[in-house]
Amino acid sequence: MGMTAIERILARKAGLARVRPGDTVVCEVDLTVLIDLQFATSWVRPLRIHDPDKVAVIMDHAVPAPSVHDAAGGTHARAFVRDFGVEKFYDVGRHGICHQVIAENGLARPGEVLACTDSHTCAAGAYNTAARGLGPAEVYAILCTGATWFQVAPTIRYELTGALPAGVSGKDVFLHIAGTWGDATNHNLEYGGPGLASVPMNDRRTIATQGAEVSADFSTFPVDDLARDFLAARGAPPDSYEAADPDPDAEYAAVRTVDLSGLEPYVARPGTVSHNALPVSAIERRPVQQCFIGSCANGQLEDLAVAARVVRGHKVAPGVRLLVTPASQAVYREALRAGYLQDLADAGAVVTNSTCGACFGYHMGLLAPGEVCLTSSTRNFTGRMGSPDAEIYMASPATVAASALTGRVTDPREELARWTP
Amino acid sequence: MDTLITGRAWVVGDSVTTDAMYPAFAMKLPLPEAARHVFYELRPGWTGLVRPGDIVVAGRNFGLGSSRPVAALFRELGVAALVAEEFNSLFLRNAVNHGLPALTVPGVTAAFADGDTLRMDIAEGWAENPATGTRLPGGALPPLVLDILAAGGILPKLAREGYVPVPGTSGRPGHPQPSGKS
Repeated sequence: MGMTAIERILARKAGLARVRPGDTVVCEVDLTVLIDLQFATSWVRPLRIHDPDKVAVIMDHAVPAPSVHDAAGGTHARAFVRDFGVEKFYDVGRHGICHQVIAENGLARPGEVLACTDSHTCAAGAYNTAARGLGPAEVYAILCTGATWFQVAPTIRYELTGALPAGVSGKDVFLHIAGTWGDATNHNLEYGGPGLASVPMNDRRTIATQGAEVSADFSTFPVDDLARDFLAARGAPPDSYEAADPDPDAEYAAVRTVDLSGLEPYVARPGTVSHNALPVSAIERRPVQQCFIGSCANGQLEDLAVAARVVRGHKVAPGVRLLVTPASQAVYREALRAGYLQDLADAGAVVTNSTCGACFGYHMGLLAPGEVCLTSSTRNFTGRMGSPDAEIYMASPATVAASALTGRVTDPREELARWTP
Repeated sequence: MDTLITGRAWVVGDSVTTDAMYPAFAMKLPLPEAARHVFYELRPGWTGLVRPGDIVVAGRNFGLGSSRPVAALFRELGVAALVAEEFNSLFLRNAVNHGLPALTVPGVTAAFADGDTLRMDIAEGWAENPATGTRLPGGALPPLVLDILAAGGILPKLAREGYVPVPGTSGRPGHPQPSGKS
């Protein structure tokens, strides 16, 4: 039997002809990404590091610093990049949520291994990169040694067919998958099939990012024309990487088909996405007090564009707060140029600085007891965005924007119909 | 390293998330204070009951969520080991890297109740309830992982290999614990 895409990357980086599920392998890591929180608590300056050219430092979780504690982390980060000659440093002003910064700077390349502390590092699987969250201590260790170990997990393949209908996005594809099949703990996810061509790169990244919410290890997409062009425009031409395709006879734990053309917008109920998401037509239309569009999953330019189109010329409903966090400073600037931020602010949205802040309930936009939030961010866990007595529903940026206008969970296609050219 | 561990069990359910163990508000606190909020909503008051040497037993998909180092809080509380029907792999790696043994044992939540004595061997891969005589097989940890645990975690291992200052010799108290994440 052949190898899946992720098995091929891990085998290559371990210097082995092949790997199988259950194997424990030691892999060379091509890029190690440290984030601001790494430097905030008990930071210890290493005596030596493996290779400063294989390191990036990105300020994202707590910027601009909401506390003296976080500010001190920034001081440590700046001293570290200076002392060790790390050139890939994205300080406040050219910062952004690390997975967005990784994407827009071509830091994640097909066939490579990328390590970062944050659990949504699997986002880079959209670019055929073996990427996953590894925890602060382990990322620190990789910074020093340039390698780590993986236990090869079995792979579930999603075969996409049909084409994404208007008003349906990558978020909806993910929520359909999570709602239908539930957790994929200790499994990798591999996406492909003839329907993939209709899924834009931003939606692929949403889907890859949220592999974390079904507890998967790695998520991978193949490199097709769309991905090749995306990467080439970000400094990664095709001759700079070796993509990993699955063998035709690769062995999968399961192969599941998703007919994209049959999908509608999805909404996850509070607590988990696993077996807990429904088509918007089947879900209760709960009144909401806060709507959030942002995070590594859905703070991309395309997410802000669709939200702006939905709210343009309308007002956020009384009693609703709409928060919008661009995924990076670059996204912020582009959305500003394109007029999206103007449309959002005119409608009554609060556009914030790029940060992980509201998504993980650390700073900005926390929820009070008894409140209901509809979010396009990554997690709907109890207590995630503030009070454990608040409820967090999850949906696409289009659904969140449409719901902000009506004050209750709303099918975005009703609102989108109003602006269809 | 002694791979045999005996302790008093605390049993929690399925899909206990990292947010339930290390909520965002606790990420702003020093470790000893942050540790007082483990299971803050799931089992209020638990951190006042847990004693050094206790073992946390959990159901499926234990530790789903973020990379924030919950294991550092468990170690702060003196928890000796984790046993679960199934671990989220990031959570398991964090445990090992912080020197906290974590063993997968299918069926373990049905075999133990709060307060039971639990014996386990992380190299042989089993957990046993001496009171009932039930012994359940689990996934033994690979040698590479046992090496990290034997060193007391990944950072003591790095110190031994000369990558970071040996704790106590650099003028900094305690042992290094880089922190993180959502």
